[in-house]
Amino acid sequence: MDNIILEMRSITKTFPGVKALDNVNLKVREGEIHALVGENGAGKSTLMKVLSGVYPAGSYDGEIHYDNEVRNFSTISDSEHLGIIIIHQELALVPLLSIAENIFLGNEIATNGVIDWKQTFARTQELLKKVGLKEPPSARITDIGIGKQQLVEIAKALSKKVRLLILDEPTASLNETDSDALLKLLMEFRKQGMTSIIISHKLNEIKKVADKITIIRDGGTVETLDCHNEDISEDRIIKGMVGRDMEDRYPAREPKIGETLLEVKNWNVFHQHHRDRQFLHDINFNVRAGEVVGIAGLMGAGRTETAMSIFGKSWGHKITGEVSMHGKPVDVSTIPRAIEAGLAYVTEDRKHLGLVLSNNIMHNTTLANLGAVSAGGVIDDYKERTVATDYRSKLRIRSHSIYQEAVNLSGGNQQKVVLSKWLFTNPEILILDEPTRGIDVGAKYEIYSIINQLAAEGKGILMISSEMPELLGTCDRIYVMNEGRIVAELSKAEASQESIMRAIMRSGEKH
Amino acid sequence: MVTETSTQKTTPSIGDYLRNNIREYGLLVALVVIMLFFQVMTGGVLFRPVNITNLILQNSFIVIMALGMLLIIVAGHIDLSVGSIVALTGGLSAIMLVKMGLHYSLVVPLCLILGGVIGAAQGYWIAYQKIPAFIVTLAGMLVFRGVTYVVLQNRPIGPFPKDFQSLSTGFVPDFLGFLGPISFTTPWLEFQQSIFAGDSWAMNWPAPQLIDAQWTINNVFALFCVLVAVGIMIYVGIRNRAINQRHNTENEPFGFFVAQKVVVSIVAIFIGFQLSTYKGFPNVLVVMALLIALYMFITTRSTVGRRVYAMGGNEKAAKLSGINTERLTFYTFVNMGVLAALAGMIIAARLNSATPKAGVGFELDVIAACFIGGASASGGVGKITGAVIGALIMGVMNNGMSIMGLGIDYQQLVKGLVLLAAVFFDVYNKNKG
Repeated sequence: MDNIILEMRSITKTFPGVKALDNVNLKVREGEIHALVGENGAGKSTLMKVLSGVYPAGSYDGEIHYDNEVRNFSTISDSEHLGIIIIHQELALVPLLSIAENIFLGNEIATNGVIDWKQTFARTQELLKKVGLKEPPSARITDIGIGKQQLVEIAKALSKKVRLLILDEPTASLNETDSDALLKLLMEFRKQGMTSIIISHKLNEIKKVADKITIIRDGGTVETLDCHNEDISEDRIIKGMVGRDMEDRYPAREPKIGETLLEVKNWNVFHQHHRDRQFLHDINFNVRAGEVVGIAGLMGAGRTETAMSIFGKSWGHKITGEVSMHGKPVDVSTIPRAIEAGLAYVTEDRKHLGLVLSNNIMHNTTLANLGAVSAGGVIDDYKERTVATDYRSKLRIRSHSIYQEAVNLSGGNQQKVVLSKWLFTNPEILILDEPTRGIDVGAKYEIYSIINQLAAEGKGILMISSEMPELLGTCDRIYVMNEGRIVAELSKAEASQESIMRAIMRSGEKH
Repeated sequence: MVTETSTQKTTPSIGDYLRNNIREYGLLVALVVIMLFFQVMTGGVLFRPVNITNLILQNSFIVIMALGMLLIIVAGHIDLSVGSIVALTGGLSAIMLVKMGLHYSLVVPLCLILGGVIGAAQGYWIAYQKIPAFIVTLAGMLVFRGVTYVVLQNRPIGPFPKDFQSLSTGFVPDFLGFLGPISFTTPWLEFQQSIFAGDSWAMNWPAPQLIDAQWTINNVFALFCVLVAVGIMIYVGIRNRAINQRHNTENEPFGFFVAQKVVVSIVAIFIGFQLSTYKGFPNVLVVMALLIALYMFITTRSTVGRRVYAMGGNEKAAKLSGINTERLTFYTFVNMGVLAALAGMIIAARLNSATPKAGVGFELDVIAACFIGGASASGGVGKITGAVIGALIMGVMNNGMSIMGLGIDYQQLVKGLVLLAAVFFDVYNKNKG
């Protein structure tokens, strides 16, 4: 079993303004389960997209050796042809089609375009047996649970003669029983000689199944750990994931903390779509003037949902609880009222929820507070230009003018436009959701400086981030969330990456 | 970290400017080219005063509805029911005027309110019940057509009282009549015949001839108005440039500014002159011009207009910015209903009878005008000027081909191709840029 099936050598991939991967190396032996770990945004998914041909050969630097040959995949079907199958976090199944139809979608058993249903169903039965799924092949995807859907994806991969199976966060949305079943299945496949790469945040699971662990940080390979030679602890992995020098990546700040501005009490929210499922449980937190408060947690912990449900009830339903500002209850039932109450929410998804991409910088800047640049419903051109020009220079938005369309700006500058928009509403509490996601280090520093300045002006900042160093570097206090609950509140002195991770893991074990 | 040059204002070169604004100028150039083409092909009939007047009367209602449709398309929706609303409001106005003998000063506002109610009825389902506009207005198209047949009992109603007719067919009186009529003679290039002679496909090259043409200005007021309007346009243009300069914002290149103003002035004066040699300004031209100005103002300067563009560009982001997107959607449909009602009355007055078949297929002309004018089918993009020019392009083509004797079959074919070509031009430009 010393045969190396895959070697990725010095892979470098840049996006406009960001170096997503920098000289990444990955070596996978045939028949092993290789885990890929790293923080959100470290570059794991990008690396797998390079491997599977989502980013075609030529759009990155470096070499991919597969089966001892250099491969240049220009489409996904090129890599699938050689048995490299990737199962993404968001499943690629058509909800209203049957299991059988989904498994053979695009790969139908047919003669002259006429589908052979008998054989399709027979082969589906076989595949479902292999993955241990007891559902009729004619069941619709929408009618089976998410854990079973995951198994259908794997069956689909098997139907394509998979040799290297890549799973991106396969257990993120599964409950414990389903996760265990999935991991057992992977180990079963290993016995049969199949190779898998598994991307996961759940270190306990990785410890259970992985033969090797490659750690990626900030777009570079940190190390590869061999689980058979030494006993790898979770702390050891966490240290590799986060251990970096944190000096001078965050501008210094002297916190001047005042009275409590925002207070949220007994906040309970049901899921937006699955309406009978309670998503947030008894959330209590507060933000004081001049304070930067962080919310840490894994993806899906309920951080964004908390923020959006408070901001004009723009997420969820059956929302109960109390929001007060300066100790007095306020009405946040609609977005205009939330803005009126002094809240502003800078979204994590600036392209879909933050910006009107087809509008220019000026129009985006004034959008949430048009009243301030208009009289009687007529926009005062001069005032609007002045406002937009001010924010453009204050936040150093790099563009040729305030008339540049938002779609043509880099991520960092887009983020600054969204910030301008909310700063112009003059909020007392600014909720920042992943404010530095997908932007480069220089722009990050500028965003941190803006945050510091706002805090110095006496505003309260609530910052949601998946990058723990960022939270540790900027926040005065950190709440940790997991599975819809606040599971810890850490002061600056208590907070460390290990303590945050531990809080998350411990709460996960409890439930 | 900031490079100083990148934050400085730069004046774009003419080439850059042209590339960035190719859509707007391209459209204007296309209109002029199409007009000249038909002027030649029809042997000079197109620009005759009678025909220009006709062109305006024939297309005013399309232009008026395109104003509302543009807002709807920019908001990310569509309205297929406007043709049926035209028929229904036309029919109801006929019943009130002819059968019930109400005065038009009562009937016109009543019909406009009715149009608004119809728009509201559709807007409710689209905005608050989130049913796609395509479906709601398709249903509306059938329902309102059906209602029209019912209320008109399948028969046309007419004729209308004279004062109502003049809404559509009347002219603005010559307030400066004491000065005219003024006659003078100039040399003029005249084309003697059409390229297509009679019913054969034989081509005759038009033979241009230099003649002494006699001109008579019958409506001095019309010419006077055009001159004043051109003067105001140039004054405002220069003033805006000066303001921009003071506030250090980008101006279009000076050469461009001059060329654009010269072309627009010549076209406006030419058309105004031609009209003044006939009967002056049709009333609908005034209505149309005022509405165009109003909607240009709404789309470029008002908060409502800004919000419609933001909503069409990204509804979720607009909503999260505190914009009541439901209410805004609702009112764009109310607005469309009012404009369709106005168009319905103009058409009824022009035909001097309300028929249940009025306005069949208008929705497609109106929608095509918006798309030719550069509106994006996915919302957020589009200009009033574009939609108006788009409507004029379609109108000139209809008119020109009719004069040439091409049947409705060929007209449809050509219009379809022009629509496709215009949108392809957009897509091509976008992908290239």
